[in-house]
Amino acid sequence: MLSLVTAVIKPFAVDAVKDALKGAGVTGLTLTEVKGFGRQGGHTETYRGAEYAVDFVPKVKVEIVVPLEDAESVANVIRQAASSGKIGDGKIWITSVDRVIRIRTGEMGADAI
Amino acid sequence: MRRKLLAVPAISGAAVLATAAPAFAQGTEDVAFAPQQLLDNIWIFIAGILVFFMQAGFALVEAGLTRAKNVGNIMMKNLMDCSAGVLAFFLVGYGIAFGSDELLGGWFGWGGLGVDGIDSAAGDGLFTATTFFFQAAFAATAATIVSGAMAERTKFKSYFVYSLVITALIYPIVLRWTWGGGWLAQREFPFSDFAGSTIVHGTGGWAALMGAIILGPRIGKYGADGKPRAIPGHNIAFVVLGAMILFIGWFGFNPGSELAVDEFVMQIGVKTLLAGAAGAVVGMIVNWVWDGKPDVSMAANGLLAGLVAITAPVGTVTTPVSVLIGAVGGALVIASVKFFDRIRVDDPVGAISVHGVVGAWGTLSIGLFAKWDDAFLGREDAGLFYGGGIDQLTTQVIFVVAHFVFVTVAAGLLFLALKKTIGLRVTPEEEMAGLDVEEHGVTGYNADSVSGVPGGLTGVAATPTPSMTV
Repeated sequence: MLSLVTAVIKPFAVDAVKDALKGAGVTGLTLTEVKGFGRQGGHTETYRGAEYAVDFVPKVKVEIVVPLEDAESVANVIRQAASSGKIGDGKIWITSVDRVIRIRTGEMGADAI
Repeated sequence: MRRKLLAVPAISGAAVLATAAPAFAQGTEDVAFAPQQLLDNIWIFIAGILVFFMQAGFALVEAGLTRAKNVGNIMMKNLMDCSAGVLAFFLVGYGIAFGSDELLGGWFGWGGLGVDGIDSAAGDGLFTATTFFFQAAFAATAATIVSGAMAERTKFKSYFVYSLVITALIYPIVLRWTWGGGWLAQREFPFSDFAGSTIVHGTGGWAALMGAIILGPRIGKYGADGKPRAIPGHNIAFVVLGAMILFIGWFGFNPGSELAVDEFVMQIGVKTLLAGAAGAVVGMIVNWVWDGKPDVSMAANGLLAGLVAITAPVGTVTTPVSVLIGAVGGALVIASVKFFDRIRVDDPVGAISVHGVVGAWGTLSIGLFAKWDDAFLGREDAGLFYGGGIDQLTTQVIFVVAHFVFVTVAAGLLFLALKKTIGLRVTPEEEMAGLDVEEHGVTGYNADSVSGVPGGLTGVAATPTPSMTV
């Protein structure tokens, strides 16, 4: 059984999270630059004298597929590395994954991670 | 300080050739040119190159202040302003501006198709080719100012027609009235505009005003409550790089307009430098105090405003006064950008404010601060603050108002005619999708992962590229 750990974090926390995950033995991850809002909300800026709302704040989404039993500890590693204690640190969620296939070899399941 | 020499900037090409040519041999092989004449010609050629380089600056400023989906379109408009524009100026524009036939009492002119005498190096002063090269670079500048104000929503076909008409007809008529020796130059107290605050920048700025009004604002520029909304440009680095290129180009624009190599060239360069710097600093401070943060592109507008302001009075005012004129320009442009935003004239780059409003300020400032006899003035201390009374100020007001009326009416008629015939504005669908794909067939910034696959994503054999095997 496999799990997908998805974390939406502050962009400047990316390096700390990556280093912590590598230190914990994670062998691969996928990053996406994303935008969104949570309780942090957006804010207002002025450009050339006219106001505009920054409704969507830049974030980075980290996705890692791990064996089910490792999911909790990986989530904890991310949480510790990404936490600044301030609003807007982001979220982590864990979902189950049906199948994983390595494209080069055709390996499946935990062997493909 | 007498400076009669540069009271004949643009006339030199045609008029001097016509009158002085018989005294000299006609063919280049028979003429031993004086070093001064060669120096004059090569300097004006180099200055013309600097002015031409300003096209790159305008292109970058305009591209940076608009969205990525329209970057190819704005670059294409700039490319055509400086290529189709110079062809139109060569074919008819130059003749209207400087041709030997003065028509309608100095309100129009003609010199035949093409540029009379351009293949001859006879006569003293500047060769016709030198004058044409320099003037063509100025014509391209007047034309390209408009593209920014009409950005992100204008049909390319219509813009192309506009570009030809302004360089073939509208700008040359302004030239005829002024540097071409027409009615404004024939007044008892002639107009004064050293390098074209009104003649060049004002023409572009007021044509931009009419274009922006007739087009209407971009979709999304005004909220349901009617308040202006910001549509941030996609590359502020382009904006600053472009502004700096324009700053450098201005050292051809103003010092080159001396039209000779003499001791005043460097003084004009210094006044240009200081006025631009003052415009940037004061523009930044005014914007900072007003809006809470120093907006990068507004500071860039401040720099350009300082430069536009000093363009007309640079020869006639003292160096300290040039700082003041640039500083006022920098403050004025910030208020003006906000003003046009409020009255629903959507100008994404601030071209109307920088070139139209501040161009008028620079031109009028001669009536207040003119000390030296320069640039058509014919007398010293012509400015109000130097005991010159209101004569020069009156002329400057007449000049600015007549020019404004002519350019807004001519450009307004042109844009309305385009609107009624081939259409001025793209469809809402095209505007939202971006002009790059819809007008020109390709996006400005293609991700290699999508466009770099041989044959495209739906292409023939999936041949692995080297990068895919790494």
